[in-house]
Amino acid sequence: MTRQRVLEIAGLAVAAAALVAFPALDVPAFYVSFLYMVFFWIAMATSWTILSGFAGYWSFGHAAFFGAGLYTSATLATKFGVPFLLTLPLAAGVAALLGSGIGFVVFRVQRLRGELFALLTISVTFVIAAIISNTAIDGGAGVNLMNVHLPEVFGSPTGTIYLLGLAMAALSLWAAWRIFRSRLGLGLLAIHDDEDVAEVKGVPTFRYKLAAFALSAGIAGAAGGVHAIYVGYVTVGETFEITVTMYPVVMSILGGARHWLGPALGATIVTGALYGFASGPEASLGRAGIALGLIVVVLLLPGGVMPGLIRLRHALRRAPDRVAPAPGLAAVPKQCPAQGATPVVALDCRGICKTFGGVQALKDVDLAVLEGEILGLVGPNGSGKSTLINVVTGHHRLDRGTIALAGARIDALPAHGIARLGIARTYQIPRPFNRLSVLDNVALAARFGPLARGRADAYAEAAHWLGYTGIARRADALPGQLNLHERKFLELARALAARPRILLLDEVLSGLNHTEIDAALDLIRDIRAGGTTIVFVEHLMRAVVALSDRVAVLNDGAVIAIGTPHETMREAEVVKVYLGKAHAS
Amino acid sequence: MPHLTLLEQALISGILAGGLYGLLALGLSLSWGLLRLVNLGHFAMALLAAYLTWYLGTAFAIAPWWAGVAIVVAFFVYGVALHWVFMRFRVTEMGSMLITFGIAVIVESTIQTIWTADFRRYETALAGASFVVGALYVPMLNLAAFVVAALLAVLTWAWLRFATIGKALRACAEDAPIATAFGINHRALSFLLSGICAAYAGIAGVFIALIATLAPSEIWTWIGVVFAVVIIGRLGNPIGALAGGILIGVCEAMTMAVADPAWAPLVSFSLLIALLLFRPRWI
Repeated sequence: MTRQRVLEIAGLAVAAAALVAFPALDVPAFYVSFLYMVFFWIAMATSWTILSGFAGYWSFGHAAFFGAGLYTSATLATKFGVPFLLTLPLAAGVAALLGSGIGFVVFRVQRLRGELFALLTISVTFVIAAIISNTAIDGGAGVNLMNVHLPEVFGSPTGTIYLLGLAMAALSLWAAWRIFRSRLGLGLLAIHDDEDVAEVKGVPTFRYKLAAFALSAGIAGAAGGVHAIYVGYVTVGETFEITVTMYPVVMSILGGARHWLGPALGATIVTGALYGFASGPEASLGRAGIALGLIVVVLLLPGGVMPGLIRLRHALRRAPDRVAPAPGLAAVPKQCPAQGATPVVALDCRGICKTFGGVQALKDVDLAVLEGEILGLVGPNGSGKSTLINVVTGHHRLDRGTIALAGARIDALPAHGIARLGIARTYQIPRPFNRLSVLDNVALAARFGPLARGRADAYAEAAHWLGYTGIARRADALPGQLNLHERKFLELARALAARPRILLLDEVLSGLNHTEIDAALDLIRDIRAGGTTIVFVEHLMRAVVALSDRVAVLNDGAVIAIGTPHETMREAEVVKVYLGKAHAS
Repeated sequence: MPHLTLLEQALISGILAGGLYGLLALGLSLSWGLLRLVNLGHFAMALLAAYLTWYLGTAFAIAPWWAGVAIVVAFFVYGVALHWVFMRFRVTEMGSMLITFGIAVIVESTIQTIWTADFRRYETALAGASFVVGALYVPMLNLAAFVVAALLAVLTWAWLRFATIGKALRACAEDAPIATAFGINHRALSFLLSGICAAYAGIAGVFIALIATLAPSEIWTWIGVVFAVVIIGRLGNPIGALAGGILIGVCEAMTMAVADPAWAPLVSFSLLIALLLFRPRWI
């Protein structure tokens, strides 16, 4: 532990102790109440960010989860006499259940992202408000919590409420921090950028989104429970007010919704700014001011304050602390495949069929890929090469047939399950996660690949493969800053970092110039020498002939020939497909 | 079982209310479908127009149709300005939703600050006017709103369908860069459309002032109804918006006739949720 780290921790401990003891000091109640509001909004904004900032599913209905928690606590404490502190975990539970229930249904509908998800969450809020208002839960009159007993810390219930708020804020920040640094956080950020690619790289997207939703709703619910006793008298009108939905969004975006600390920063700024507009007609003006702030931030500072602060901190430290010197090609362990021995089938496709609408993209394809070989997959445009890759990686479901990896069926597995068994692919048009750094892009593949690396190992692995593919110096860049050549190699590094048993390359060479192609060919040979089986789709015949042990030719969704490159390319049917009938004879 | 006349009456008022829903949905449907902008501020602007109509009428004795003309012009300018902001900052679909949400809150706060949160009712000579068909009662103003909604829907549809500008607009919605490559001035057209959408919100607002009781929070109650209408009617389809409006209007009126009116908001929002879950391809 460095001295700086010790100082940081000591500073944090002192600050925490000061915050805890604050109400015991003889300060005016106003300040205690103000700080409680800061804590409350920190918890709400952080909760919003876990789902919406990280995973990119924008909730416009956090009032629903907040309200569910608030009314759970209020109802249990007043109508059933449950001790108040005991109602808080239940409030969190009810809200989390509501969130995961909604998520369970919604996340199965592919297109419900972005503005549609936002619309859905708005609607849910109104439906829940209408239900609570029209039933005995509220009855339209509101619930009075004035007589609810609360244990007194620092001699008054206010002190207890303050501490509950502090605990809630601390808990939510801790959760956000843990998630941010964990596999879950990295997976959620990847889901935000490109959900389909994340799934193919091994991220269990459905489960992760559900976890984020449940956690986010649970925190909002717990904050709602505490807020019930703070308000003292809860009504549907105030609980489901539009500001409850709006403020966390504003705070998170202002602070930076892709960092765990961003929303807390935004919450503190906004609550401080609202300080002047306490009540009456001024409250309405304050709300308008916040709305105006939202517009300005969205237009001028879409990333929030946090990214700027992080850059500042890096500049002050001047230490590029992450990327280790990248080892070169020689560092790859060369285990030559067992040549000469009886060939083992690594990937076995039997009778696979896939139809899109009326188009049969794959018709009864049988294809056995041998362990350790380089299999070239060629064929005219639209012959089904990319579809084949998409069904093998689980992106598309098969209509009929079976796919087995080393003898075990994989065709019923979700895409992330297949990735974890060691099948990796590249995309013809690179599809990096655009808001993750180049290094993070590759580290993600290592963390979610078959070896499921830990955080430190994954970054070491990523740095290694960036060096291997020759783009190590771009490690901290965003993919958008790379040229096509570098983006192609990023695709490759990302596939390799998973340490796949089978690597599916989809036209990695297209768009590269002669020298780059030669470098890429060497790289591919080298990857195979490392023990990886390679299937590569390619139009460039020079590369196919130079690299492949065997070539399979696809036409119109069927395999029409398979064998060594020279044999195969001489077959009459193949010549016909490529050069026309006249040349076939 | 409610009396048959009650159901028939509910049917009539549902259809007429549906006209107003269709009118409100029209501008939203066009901007979502053809400009890919989700305008949560649409209802706020309509309500602002309603308050302006009421205020000009009661404080300055300006007749609603003259107020309407002024509002339509002003709102057209607002629509163009809003779109200029969207273009200038390259706002995405999600960004447009956030910004217009902000606009809605600002408008709500402004209305509340100037005219307070009290309920307002525009008393005009026409307010109570109605005629009777058999045992049924048809309010004049609602009928007028319905006729205007139908007229605008048909005109807009014909404009998009047959006019060169309308066709160009639809081409831009399909693929703006390609349309531009074929010589269509995408920017000018989108300004025009955005202005028209805002002007439609103004027209809807004039009728809201004449028909409904005004309160600032009304802004949020419209969201469920109108988004459901827009999705049922298919995005960018004016006739669809009107038909969707009528469908939801009738559903709501029937619910109110047979169940407690307090549950009415549940109908549209539940319908919207169901549409999002089961018919996402319509969007």
